[in-house]
Amino acid sequence: MNRAKTLIEKIWEAHVVRENPGEPTLLYIDLHLVHEVTSPQAFEGLRMSGRKVRRSDLTFATVDHNVPTTDRTKPIEDPISKQQIDTLRQNCAEFQIPFADITSQDQGVVHVIGPELGLTLPGKTIVCGDSHTSTHGAFGALAFGIGTSEVEHVLATQCLQQQPPKTMEVFVSGKLGTGLGAKDLILGLIAKYGTAFGTGHVIEYRGPAIEALSMEERMTVCNMSIEAGARAGLIAPDQTTYNYLRGRRFAPEGAAFEEAVKVWNGLRTDPGAEFDERIEFDASSIAPQITWGTSPGMGTDITSRVPSPEDFADPVVRRSAELALEYMGLTPGTPMSEIAVDRVFIGSCTNGRIEDLRAAAVIAKGRKVAKTVQAMVVPGSYKVKHQAEQEGLDIIFKEAGFEWREPGCSMCLAMNPDVLQPGERCASTSNRNFEGRQGRDGRTHLVSPAMAAAAAVAGHFVDVRTFAVNEEI
Amino acid sequence: MEPFISHKGIVAPIDRANIDTDAIIPKQFLKRIERSGFGQFLFYDWRFNADQSVNPDFVLANAPYDQASILVAGPNFGCGSSREHAPWALLDFGFRAIIAPSFADIFFNNCFKNGVLPITLPESDVALLIELSTKNPGMMLTIDLKEQKVVREDGVSYHFDVDEYRKMCLLEGLDDIGLTLQHADAIDKYEQSAPFSVSITA
Ligand code: SF4
Repeated sequence: MNRAKTLIEKIWEAHVVRENPGEPTLLYIDLHLVHEVTSPQAFEGLRMSGRKVRRSDLTFATVDHNVPTTDRTKPIEDPISKQQIDTLRQNCAEFQIPFADITSQDQGVVHVIGPELGLTLPGKTIVCGDSHTSTHGAFGALAFGIGTSEVEHVLATQCLQQQPPKTMEVFVSGKLGTGLGAKDLILGLIAKYGTAFGTGHVIEYRGPAIEALSMEERMTVCNMSIEAGARAGLIAPDQTTYNYLRGRRFAPEGAAFEEAVKVWNGLRTDPGAEFDERIEFDASSIAPQITWGTSPGMGTDITSRVPSPEDFADPVVRRSAELALEYMGLTPGTPMSEIAVDRVFIGSCTNGRIEDLRAAAVIAKGRKVAKTVQAMVVPGSYKVKHQAEQEGLDIIFKEAGFEWREPGCSMCLAMNPDVLQPGERCASTSNRNFEGRQGRDGRTHLVSPAMAAAAAVAGHFVDVRTFAVNEEI
Repeated sequence: MEPFISHKGIVAPIDRANIDTDAIIPKQFLKRIERSGFGQFLFYDWRFNADQSVNPDFVLANAPYDQASILVAGPNFGCGSSREHAPWALLDFGFRAIIAPSFADIFFNNCFKNGVLPITLPESDVALLIELSTKNPGMMLTIDLKEQKVVREDGVSYHFDVDEYRKMCLLEGLDDIGLTLQHADAIDKYEQSAPFSVSITA
């Protein structure tokens, strides 16, 4: 009998093109997603060396990072954004790459549209010049972010030179409490184990709390694997996965789908297979999460208080906490729920999918955004936007005083006009709270969509569990 | 890519952990479509005040640190976004090597693709180098990649580990794509079965 293998090893081995001792493995890539920010220099490199795109039919491009979230029929005001978007459009035309342009109904954040279109499938190797490519791991794919040189490498060869990853099992037991979601789970995990516990590893998330998650929630968890330092994070495909995929545009159809399911059913870790590392986490142990600092690991329960640097024994951590509190303008000991917010951002590849908008709408329904707060909802894609509009979520948000925008990355990284002003404090459903991420001297607190909506209404952070939700929407 | 064999240069310390790629090169500068010219924006929000005047408290704003080519910093250097603009900006500013107790994976990898050498040393050695270079502006280190050594001017040296293949590529300045294309026949052969590939017919 063959040695018991992890899911990660199985996908890896199915993609080995060439192995030679002392050299990295040549690994085949099944899907290459491309966006406007990390690709121009790669296409330029191809042109300079007279190389072609090997498999434009395994490549898919869209524009998301730079696009304005206001009326798309108007010209883009920022000339440099416009140039980047135009450049990708020209490159896709020149190299014949399928492209969801700014007005296409397929457009959206690259990690939202891949799954939606059925491009993301179990067992695939998926790369993109973007660290949150780990999102696609939710489908049992090996998906990871790469730099621009590697983008060029994949365009030219459809392969990457890679060292085999180390494997890590993150076993999540228990059950998330009422009012908590996948965002709380992943923020809680990173708050407990830090932003580097996954470095050098690919994580497989397992256990009852993971199996219970919907596809969108699984994407939220896998998305933030990179914030744990991991190269990628994945979850074995199961019935939840297949239900999501059936009928998606680029997924296999009819009998071919059933055949694929048979193959996908083999994509799981064998009993007795060993991981290089293993950690356990109890989903029942956490309250809704919120970050207080400038690294995603600086997070805590909404029920607790802003920590003091003295709480940390390690001098490096203590120093980081000091700098973070100063930047964030927070006083140790302040209850997290007394921190007032100026802005609220609901969106991004972490929390810009339909379930995220539903979770926020349940809280927003029949309530009003506080007078001191500017709140915006940016759907992750046009499909999400249309679905939400069909369900009437846009009306709920607008009546409550939220702005309802066009899809894109928006204030997740503020490359478009959606930017925090210096000193402004934001409740954000995105994935990074780094200094300046949402605008110079802007202060970001990462939370779930429900927590963000609650903060918008209350004008300060609040334990969403204290909000009465008595109506289904 | 320019080969990296050995390098001697001035050391600049940044005593912080988790220096992320947003800090190394803020997103408003990612819109250029070239690889060059990013050095002027390196650590922009730290080097410059909001009114764009120079922030004299930041190490790289001052001579001789503005001539530094070796950066010493805290653990988990380069975390965050995969932007290769980070090593491009470091290189364009003049940095050829970064010394830290640990690096984020994608950044670490991106450095090698651009002839920037990331060197991992134990936390205590890094702390000492930060202290020494803070007290002695203009302090130099020599990095010998062949011998895998970082050498101080007083002769004290530190051994570092580096993957053999990456070392060879850096020493010879090899082009990865060219190397892979030598195996085009293996790629052709793989593509005949490619069990999980699905062609996108739009
Ligand atoms: S939404 Fe944010 S994290 Fe996701 S791809 Fe866009 S910028 Fe990156």
